[in-house]
Amino acid sequence: MSHPHNADANHEANNAAVMAEIKKVTILLSVLTIVELILGFWMIGISSASLRLAIKGVIIILMMSKAFYIVAYFMHLKHEVKNLIMTIIVPLSLFVWFIGAFLWDGSSFKNLRNTYNPYFKEQSTIKVEKKESEHGAATHGTEKHEAVKHKSGAGEVKQKPADEKYY
Amino acid sequence: MSTSTTASPNEAKLWGGGKSPFNLEYGKVMMWYFLMSDAFTFGAFLISYGTVRFSTNGWPDSNQVFRSFPFAPEGVHAPLVFVSIMTFILIVSSVTMVLAVHAGHNMDKKGVVRNMILTIIGGIAFLSCQAWEWNHLFHEGAWWGSNPFLNADGTASSTNFTNFFFTITGFHGFHVFSGVLINIIMLIMTLLDKFEQRGHYLMIEKAGLYWHFVDLVWVFVFTIFYLL
Repeated sequence: MSHPHNADANHEANNAAVMAEIKKVTILLSVLTIVELILGFWMIGISSASLRLAIKGVIIILMMSKAFYIVAYFMHLKHEVKNLIMTIIVPLSLFVWFIGAFLWDGSSFKNLRNTYNPYFKEQSTIKVEKKESEHGAATHGTEKHEAVKHKSGAGEVKQKPADEKYY
Repeated sequence: MSTSTTASPNEAKLWGGGKSPFNLEYGKVMMWYFLMSDAFTFGAFLISYGTVRFSTNGWPDSNQVFRSFPFAPEGVHAPLVFVSIMTFILIVSSVTMVLAVHAGHNMDKKGVVRNMILTIIGGIAFLSCQAWEWNHLFHEGAWWGSNPFLNADGTASSTNFTNFFFTITGFHGFHVFSGVLINIIMLIMTLLDKFEQRGHYLMIEKAGLYWHFVDLVWVFVFTIFYLL
């Protein structure tokens, strides 16, 4: 404060650095989102399960890096005191266990039901035929088809109790 | 513990009183902890979604479900397009929020007002998009307890998909809504010169933290529901 001119020059330089950082992070976030979307569009036409899984893995990595850039730069956490960062990051690391344990549990439940509950397994292999026509109607969108769509929509409602049993 | 504090005298001084150990205002520290707790809430929602999805044999294909677009002619399907616009709206509004915080650092009231208005517009645009999408899905027969969509393999699906979708995007949308309200209050306070009188724009920073968190959650919700 005793050297106003010096402080001003510092301030200017700091300002420019902050603006450059904002610009950089904005571009990074946009690029990451666009790459995610390109992968998403690409995945529509892919039926290979392992390739889909690999793309999903890449998308998750991109998602995590977007989260990092938002928290570190937009929320300014990277420039905070290390102790504060630790009080936030360390509790959140519980998510590693949380995600691993629960997804594992979910898939184990599925495997158990497929093994010991033949009804569950059978229900999940029966294709719904009524709805196939609705899908056809949705692709050609004339007014007549629209009416068909509504009818089959009503049929779907009647079908609901079966759905509940299935679950 | 005591050895580590004596080993670095700076640290002992840091916690010796007389200054803020986190070098951060109380309200901002508490905002961080609130956001951390909120992250656990959203995390619990999304992980339960993942658990249920992993425990089911079939699941609807998001590209079949979210393929509509406002004013698109009947029969034209554009998966991912609408939601990518929503994503960019939120990213841009997050950037304008950063710029508002930055203007606040410089005590630049005009800059704060301009960027807060842009942020609020972004928030309202996002909410409008979400309202349109919910309305569209509702008219297709999707709601809590009702799922018109089939699994990707053509088998009957349970209502888990729509229940999770409406609950999680609804909870996120509610956060966006409260974020917009907070931002409007901040804008009014700025216009009334409240922060000029206080000599700092720390409130804008706290509102900013909340707003970025909303954007952060959308990164996860968007990826998990629309891409995976």
